Amino acid sequence: MNKSARTAIHILLILGALWMLLPFFWMVSTSLKTQVEALQFPPNLFPETWKFLNYIQAFRQVDFSRYFLNTIIMTLGTTLLVFVTSTLAAYAFARLQFFGRDTLFTLFLAMMMIPMPVYLVPSYVILSRFGWIDTFFALIVPWSVNIFSVFLLRQHFKTIPQELFDAAKIDGLNHLQILKNIVLPLSKAVLITVGIFQIATNWNSFLWPLIVTHSDAMRTIQTGLAYFAQAESTNYPLLCAASTFTTMPLIVLYVFVQRQITESYARTGLKE
Amino acid sequence: MRRRVDLSGYLFILPALLVIAIFRLYPILQAIRMSLFNWGIAGPLTFIGLKNFARLFIDPKFYESIGNTFWYVLFVVPLTIIISLFFASLLNQKIKGRSAYRTLYFLPVVTSIVAISVVWKWIFNPDRGIFNAALNLFGLSGLKWLNDSRGVFEILLAPLNIQVAGFFTGPSIALLALIIMAIWHNLGYCIIISLAGLQNVPAQYYEAARIDGARGWKLFRHVTLPIISPTIFYLLVTQSIIAFNTFTPVYVMTQPPGGPLGTTSLVVYYLYEQSFRLWNLGYANAIAFVIFIIIFSLTQLQKRFLEQRVYYE
Repeated sequence: MNKSARTAIHILLILGALWMLLPFFWMVSTSLKTQVEALQFPPNLFPETWKFLNYIQAFRQVDFSRYFLNTIIMTLGTTLLVFVTSTLAAYAFARLQFFGRDTLFTLFLAMMMIPMPVYLVPSYVILSRFGWIDTFFALIVPWSVNIFSVFLLRQHFKTIPQELFDAAKIDGLNHLQILKNIVLPLSKAVLITVGIFQIATNWNSFLWPLIVTHSDAMRTIQTGLAYFAQAESTNYPLLCAASTFTTMPLIVLYVFVQRQITESYARTGLKE
Repeated sequence: MRRRVDLSGYLFILPALLVIAIFRLYPILQAIRMSLFNWGIAGPLTFIGLKNFARLFIDPKFYESIGNTFWYVLFVVPLTIIISLFFASLLNQKIKGRSAYRTLYFLPVVTSIVAISVVWKWIFNPDRGIFNAALNLFGLSGLKWLNDSRGVFEILLAPLNIQVAGFFTGPSIALLALIIMAIWHNLGYCIIISLAGLQNVPAQYYEAARIDGARGWKLFRHVTLPIISPTIFYLLVTQSIIAFNTFTPVYVMTQPPGGPLGTTSLVVYYLYEQSFRLWNLGYANAIAFVIFIIIFSLTQLQKRFLEQRVYYE
């Protein structure tokens, strides 16, 4: 490839990157403006004075500390349970012989194909019968299994050499001990992918918490942000500040563990 | 020889199975049952057979939401894939900074759709938004974007004195704003997948084709495209499902949600409105059933195609 072709490619890629970054730039720029300056038209690209106070004001205007805490509880709860349920199920599907195993696995996969809108309304009815609406149970328990994680872990467990299992059995280890002492230490990379996927989906989940919680005290980051956007629909600096500090944690995580995040998204597709 | 009955397999899958049975399988069966009832938030449940479906067939708002969703998917999916193939081909060249570009392009994918919707609503603001400011800079007049219910085809065909009505007015300008945002949001994901597909094309194929005199578009059309067609098909199906499930931008960006004049009411939003605003839970399940049929057909299409591909290889 000659030099001019290379330059042309870079110019196109930079233009594309600018387009991809523009909304982020505009979010941060607006978040630092005064409300008067934000409403100027045509707008200033950069704020005249940087009003960091917007961040504190937005954080206090509604109970964002509560929303962060709720989201962290939800994420920790689902992630811990997903680790337990998924590793156990994946071990059984990969390594144990029992009647109906493959049928059950097919059933699991079929459930994964069903999109959330289909079971949204009946789930709401079931949760209200349990008296779980507006509690952490509603946010955590229905998501305490992640079928895709079961699938991912099963594929990995199948690659572990049979000799290790045979040796463990001779040593008198039971299945739970084999899982804990032999299989899991060999599965760190997959477990990390599962964990990161859990963090990303929980942090960004919106429709489910919107429906199964009502009170302000139970809002998560995303429902809290949507609520704030309705309450302060014209205060763009505060809205942009809130958008910035709610997206930042995941973006920082992305920068640090890029490969795993890209991989977990590439394997699972986007979820809203 | 009889095998010892080992129950540990069942014990190991029990926790997962319980959750899936209660929170996936049962709700899905329940959804079918509910669609046969007049099921409100209060009052007696009455069995009404297929009346919810009969109502669905004559509900103009349902047809409108299906029409909107059709246009939305038809614009978002092919455009995202074409643009992603373009950038993926650029990134597939031996140039510096490839991983930096990839990182930047992928950034919107990890950003929450709520925050993205809040920011893009501001970008599309008709009086103060940066999008209109940019249009003005190029001497173009701004649009009302999220407040504009006029159809795209209606506007484009007006100078030709062709009048269109209803569904054929195409997506409204407001829906177009959502389409632009969705392309931006999913592009990075499609680029990563397209790039993986492109990297599967063996270098010898290119060399052979070059010797035969193929260049540029011809090389892409006759060498690259046939080999990455499974990737494109995969993206078509998965992106269609994602686009079909769009809810949040409608909820956050449009005023009133689904407006103006119902032109951004996508079918999943309509489901939400019927169930959690109007509490017509039975009727909502009839809508959910239609959504299920459409998405199920899409996944079957994908499955069949993937099986064929495995067989082919």
